[in-house]
Amino acid sequence: MAKDVERLERNTVWHEMLVQGASLEGTAVLLRELVAHLRQNRTQLREEWARRITEAKLLTAMSKDEIFAEATAVYDQYVEALETGTFEALQAYARSLSERIIPRGVETHEVVGIVLLLRDVLARSLFAKYQADFTKLDRILDAYEPAANRIANTVAVGFVQERERVIRQQQEAIRELSTPVLQVRERLLILPIIGVIDPQRARQLTEQLLRGIRTNRAKVVVIDITGVAAMDATVANHLVQTVEASRLLGATVIVTGLSPEIAQTLVTIGVDLGKMNTVGDLQGGIEQAERLLGYKVVPIGAAS
Amino acid sequence: MEVPVLKQGPFLIATVQAALTDEDLVHLRRAMVERVVIARSLGVIIDVTAMDIMDSFASRTLREVAQMIRLRGAETVIVGIQPEVAFAMVQLGITLEGVVTALDLEEGLNYLQEKFSSSA
Repeated sequence: MAKDVERLERNTVWHEMLVQGASLEGTAVLLRELVAHLRQNRTQLREEWARRITEAKLLTAMSKDEIFAEATAVYDQYVEALETGTFEALQAYARSLSERIIPRGVETHEVVGIVLLLRDVLARSLFAKYQADFTKLDRILDAYEPAANRIANTVAVGFVQERERVIRQQQEAIRELSTPVLQVRERLLILPIIGVIDPQRARQLTEQLLRGIRTNRAKVVVIDITGVAAMDATVANHLVQTVEASRLLGATVIVTGLSPEIAQTLVTIGVDLGKMNTVGDLQGGIEQAERLLGYKVVPIGAAS
Repeated sequence: MEVPVLKQGPFLIATVQAALTDEDLVHLRRAMVERVVIARSLGVIIDVTAMDIMDSFASRTLREVAQMIRLRGAETVIVGIQPEVAFAMVQLGITLEGVVTALDLEEGLNYLQEKFSSSA
């Protein structure tokens, strides 16, 4: 019921929009005429549109048949939106289309591009049809243009929203994956860091490490940053904070795997890492940690 | 609120029971520095497990306790700093530099015992 009311309101808004450019009784008639024209020339216009898409080198990630199939569906939705003045179906279709094509690497400019192409193709066909009667063409365009613009808007916004949703989802996945705190020996933890460290992640990392130190009663922690590509002053300071917080809990931190680039950057920007205990690679770090903990690893047979 | 100080063999153990006012901290400092020689202690442990906040005054006072006790010939270990407290402290730039820290009372005792058994 509420949905009906909503739709009714939308229709009203929609028709008011049309009324701005054309006379009241004329608008509905013009719109019907427009839709009839687009239905009649469906095959030809659709092919023209698909041709223009290929020509403009849009949607290169998709095959010709796929483009044609999608073009057909979009075309029908487009005409229907023009006819009914409601955008829900088109919106839903735009979303599902985006869901299908985003993983294949289709860009925003391509989606916007194809919708604008369709708008142009249809406008051209209107010019051709009404070129003899300029006044009528004018009124038809008055009815057509706001609707077409709104359709383009709907599709583009749907695409961008879908993409943002995907990005959010991936960010969450990365965040969940990102900070394992692993115990390798009694009282020895490893924290491998991979990827980019932003302030939020640095905070989460530190919190998890501190919690890990307490639950595992760790005395030594090896933080391996082999997988960190770049480091700036902010991130370096986060690292220093992590080391200091761990020390407050009585754990010694060894940092391993600083790449030559990171070493150069840190010295150049003048970050004080004097308090940090660094070892070249993870193996060296674990060996030093074992020494600190009083372990001695010997090959079998050499012990006796 | 006064902090109880217990003697455990050659060590003194002060256990903070609740949040401390600045006055309590000053009182604790004086009590520890006085008692460490009277009790002929080698080491002092201050257990702050119950403290859910460590401001700059508290951390400075603890550092001072450690320094004064060193001058009185003994060693100090701060134990039981909570992960959340530690995180908040480093964000405020409080690091208790030069003070020995340990996870909890047991670890602190282990540290002191090891230290004095090897030097004895």
